[in-house]
Amino acid sequence: MRVTHRPKRCVILGAGTGGTLAANRLRKTHEEEELVIDIVDQNNQHVYQPGLLFVPFGLAEPEEIVRRRDRQLHRGITYHQSAIEAVDLSNDVVTLENGTTLEYDVLLVATGSVLQPEETEGLSGPGWLDTVFTFYDVEGATALAEKLETFDSGRLVINVVDMPVKCPVAPLEFAFLADWYFTERGVRDNISITYVTPLDGAFTKPTASMALTSLLEEKGIELRTEFNTAEVDGEAGLLIGYDGTEIPFDLAVVIPLHGGAEYVNNSPGLGDELGFVPTNNATLQSEVAPNVFVIGDAADIPASKAGSVTHFEGEVLIENMEAFLDGRDLEAEFDGHANCFIETGFSKALLIDFNYETEPLRGHYPGPVGLPLLKESRLNHIGKLMFQSFYWHGLLPGRDLPGLSADMPTFGKRLPTEDEASLTTTTGDTQT
Amino acid sequence: MTSRVLAGTEVELNEEGFFVDATQWTDEMATELADEWGVPTPLTEQHWQVLHFMRQEYFEKGTGPTVRKLGKSSGVSVKELYQLFPKGPAKLAARVAGIPKPRGCI
Repeated sequence: MRVTHRPKRCVILGAGTGGTLAANRLRKTHEEEELVIDIVDQNNQHVYQPGLLFVPFGLAEPEEIVRRRDRQLHRGITYHQSAIEAVDLSNDVVTLENGTTLEYDVLLVATGSVLQPEETEGLSGPGWLDTVFTFYDVEGATALAEKLETFDSGRLVINVVDMPVKCPVAPLEFAFLADWYFTERGVRDNISITYVTPLDGAFTKPTASMALTSLLEEKGIELRTEFNTAEVDGEAGLLIGYDGTEIPFDLAVVIPLHGGAEYVNNSPGLGDELGFVPTNNATLQSEVAPNVFVIGDAADIPASKAGSVTHFEGEVLIENMEAFLDGRDLEAEFDGHANCFIETGFSKALLIDFNYETEPLRGHYPGPVGLPLLKESRLNHIGKLMFQSFYWHGLLPGRDLPGLSADMPTFGKRLPTEDEASLTTTTGDTQT
Repeated sequence: MTSRVLAGTEVELNEEGFFVDATQWTDEMATELADEWGVPTPLTEQHWQVLHFMRQEYFEKGTGPTVRKLGKSSGVSVKELYQLFPKGPAKLAARVAGIPKPRGCI
């Protein structure tokens, strides 16, 4: 591109998975004379969030999954460490709490979702980090590891308060790993495990839900569906539903409500009621202003809030941000592709791959000779463990992995028969 | 899809009992639907507030709101919503308000 004017300014809010990979990809394709990139985050701890699942079981140490955010960024990207106060959409300017103001030509919202335990009565009250835990942040996962070490008998209840949550399969993985962990410790017979969900099945996607429900059964984990948590009483050891139903526990692992980052609510016109940014499902351009794009959990699109989705969005996002900066039409389209390893305990894992339109299918990924889909295998477990290295060294720096593209592959998958298809037809209700 | 008569008018419902065409709904149908789906009747002013809010959101945004969004923007708290529409306010209110099943609704 010929440089004729001042460089364009790109401001990225959030230096997590989406913000980091976008900043690095943009830096690779644009000279600093063309595009100035500023990125903001409130702290300098980049957590490899899939690793949080392993911390409570002593399979990962907290320090192994946290690195400095600024170290993951290529040279030529300015990192600001400050909380964000607000975005002023009409003047194209972001104000930070440290007083800095950043004007932008294009803004990328990548601030993900935040846990809101305070939105559920009693959840962060008495019993919090004593009988009631979450493993969705480093502090909770670390405290839970200590608790589990001495938990030898009683009722373990795992509860998802309401959707959307990050990585909707993680709570199920927690249940599977808990079964494995207590079995290894020889105390499984003294412990009951109950999985409590507001959904009408173990998972949102019918095909995967059936496979996961039978796994829960095999492992002797009780499934309670359509439970809407109104209150968590840590002292009495009770989950209380809006219909008055009570579920007693000795130890509760709760996935709190999720919402968008706080500044979104302080920025008129930016977010919806929950603080997520209305976003075009396909182009990833926001619906609040043409020069605002969104990647990852911060968007209200009907895809899973998961790192894999963010990863697959990256390619489409960068193409469309570049098109926008050059004044061209946005042509790249995201298909809602998600890909999740589901850890099932005993060194095995299941893999699912799906998008907005297609249910998780059986077969292999990413082609006929690949990892088995919707089936427990050791290979998938190894795949899950190896992914952490790819995350830091491939995904965040913005390197492409051969054979892994943004679009969901169909090659190597077994397409459903007519009978199965009638079970797996999506209704556009792909919110997970 | 099935058609049936509600308050003297024929309407189209899908297999799950949600309206296919929200414009076929009238206020008079609400009580009949409420009785059928276990919503306490007679419908109170708060019920109507929620029903009309659901329809307004549907026509503006193309989908009815989820329970959390209802709790934040309808003027009725989540707790009250569960009293008004036991066992799942978003789904029940959508049925009674004559709009399709909310997306992301469970």
